[in-house]
Amino acid sequence: MGWEIWVIVTLSRTLAYGTPLLLATLGEIYAERSGVLNLGIEGMMIMGAYAAFSTAYTTGSPWLGIMVAALVGGAFSLIHAFASITLKANQVVSGLSLTMLGLGLSGVLGRGWEGKPLPVSIPEITVPGLSKIPFLGPVLFEGQNLIVYFSFLLVVVMWYILYRTRIGIAVRAVGENPATADSLGINVNKVRYLCTIVGGVLAGIAGGYLSVAYRPAWTEGMTGGMGWIVIALTIFAFWNPAIGMLGAYLFAALYHLSFRLQPWVSPELLKAMPYAFAILVLIAVSRGTLQKKMGAPAALTLPYSRGEE
Amino acid sequence: MKKPSLFRVERRPVPSGHVVVLVSILAIFAALLVAGIFFQAYGVSAIRAYQLIVKGALGSKLGLTETVRRAIPLLLCGVGLTIAFRALFWNIGAEGQLLLGGVAAAGVALFSGLPNVLLLPAMFIAGFLAGALWGLIPAALKARLGINDVITTLMMNYIAIYLVEWLIHGPWRGPTMRGFAYTDKFPSAATLPTISWTRIHWPTLLLGLALAVLAYLLITRTRAGFEIRVVGENPDAARFAGISVLKTTLLVMIISGGLAGLAGVGEVAGIHKMLLGPTHISMGYGYTAIIVAWLARRNPLAVIVTSLLFGVIMSGGDVIRVSLGLPFQVINLFNGLILFFLIGSELLMHYKISFSFRRQ
Repeated sequence: MGWEIWVIVTLSRTLAYGTPLLLATLGEIYAERSGVLNLGIEGMMIMGAYAAFSTAYTTGSPWLGIMVAALVGGAFSLIHAFASITLKANQVVSGLSLTMLGLGLSGVLGRGWEGKPLPVSIPEITVPGLSKIPFLGPVLFEGQNLIVYFSFLLVVVMWYILYRTRIGIAVRAVGENPATADSLGINVNKVRYLCTIVGGVLAGIAGGYLSVAYRPAWTEGMTGGMGWIVIALTIFAFWNPAIGMLGAYLFAALYHLSFRLQPWVSPELLKAMPYAFAILVLIAVSRGTLQKKMGAPAALTLPYSRGEE
Repeated sequence: MKKPSLFRVERRPVPSGHVVVLVSILAIFAALLVAGIFFQAYGVSAIRAYQLIVKGALGSKLGLTETVRRAIPLLLCGVGLTIAFRALFWNIGAEGQLLLGGVAAAGVALFSGLPNVLLLPAMFIAGFLAGALWGLIPAALKARLGINDVITTLMMNYIAIYLVEWLIHGPWRGPTMRGFAYTDKFPSAATLPTISWTRIHWPTLLLGLALAVLAYLLITRTRAGFEIRVVGENPDAARFAGISVLKTTLLVMIISGGLAGLAGVGEVAGIHKMLLGPTHISMGYGYTAIIVAWLARRNPLAVIVTSLLFGVIMSGGDVIRVSLGLPFQVINLFNGLILFFLIGSELLMHYKISFSFRRQ
């Protein structure tokens, strides 16, 4: 009996921790599919976390906090979009500076919010009836919140749009071959701007989830490198929202296990595990990336100007 | 048909030296201006903040020496990064490579049992090798398997951080340190001499200056340097010319990782004299060095100047942290803004913008 509860708790926490990873990964998948690599996830997430917490604390509404986090994430991604699409600046450097900027700004602005308890956080809900299903019930329908279910929905919608609609074709075309997309009448830069903003909005929500739902508090640098895991997850997912979901939960399970195993293994070494695992995963999928040609979008990190090349 | 526009952008093939310097200075001022706006929004007078930075980092003897002390690891990491960036290898991992250098130096200092004269040289060699090894892993992964260098170098930073944490909490925890998470103090033969009354460990400084010159000569005067540049500018051409991209990638990361490792040796042997928490050893030198190298336009000699500039920002950041109660992250705010304005201004450098108010 004991092991069953252990598994249920592990899966349930995995779902809770995997949700912000999933949200941000879905956003980054869209940005990269359109050809824009945004290494600023960590910065957008931490700004989202700060914005959500300060808003929720001031207004008493965690949902308003999530909305402001989405706006702030989107606004932050606009900086990257402007630098890398309009100014054609180097995307790696621009993304890095976005992360530094986010960490720095949230650190300065969030100084006074440190250690304050949030009176109202996003409620955990229990779905009546469904939570009684053996095993799956307590994992999926007990103690989770609406954002978790929103992320399920988002996977389906974003997968459908990417592979089954004209919008998705446009996004993929712009990321694979912008010149052809342009000749077909697709506005390359507009698509890239929109996808980058989608990425920013979702990263903002992911950060907000951390500070007003997952662990309702604000601490400087509380995203703790999650944004970089998201970058690795995007590659792991072969830029596919459905595989991204699998990857996010895999990493979340690992993260959670690194806490549960602490009585036996040194916690410092366990904390390094997700990062080592990310490298191992990239090694494992690298063969697939090469062989199946499911690699990165061909025009990833390349700015587009009409008439050149 | 191009749309008629208010201004026209023409490509300027190679911007001249003084244009680069001028635009860079303008970019830094623009970044400081925006940072000032944030300070004001935070409720801190921007003018007072900058007064404090200038006075604290440049206006006193102590401030100046702290600036130089901060510039030493930035110089070493920055010079290494210029080499990696020349080959378009995105080494974001100088932070971890620096920490590994510190770990290796501490290992030699505390446990090698070498005779005193050999201790410091052995620490520098071990630090170089450890940093190089930490850099070689992502290099090999990129060159052989095509795995993204940004991600692997970053992940290696986090692994290095927890490795240091583990060592100082676990096997290397100093028995004489009464429960603190430090190693024991290094024997005095394993510590670097400093200029009297300062924290400037001059052997590391000289090493950094010499390596900046050597790196410059490597890039401009040698065949290896030529190959590095070709790989960075056009990897396909490099392959056609028979240049081994694998060898070049490994070489730049041995140099880049090794130099960051040396910076780590300098920090533990010159400043702390023991191995302690990763945020105390580094304070983000490896990340700041990215901007140092970028601002230097990947020129190792220019890193001497840009590392000093960021030395001012770091020691000035320390001052306003203490006197205005701003958090440590304020340095990241400066770094992020400066980097943004730098890449934004690159357009200004490479393109000539002429305004025309008539329709063309």
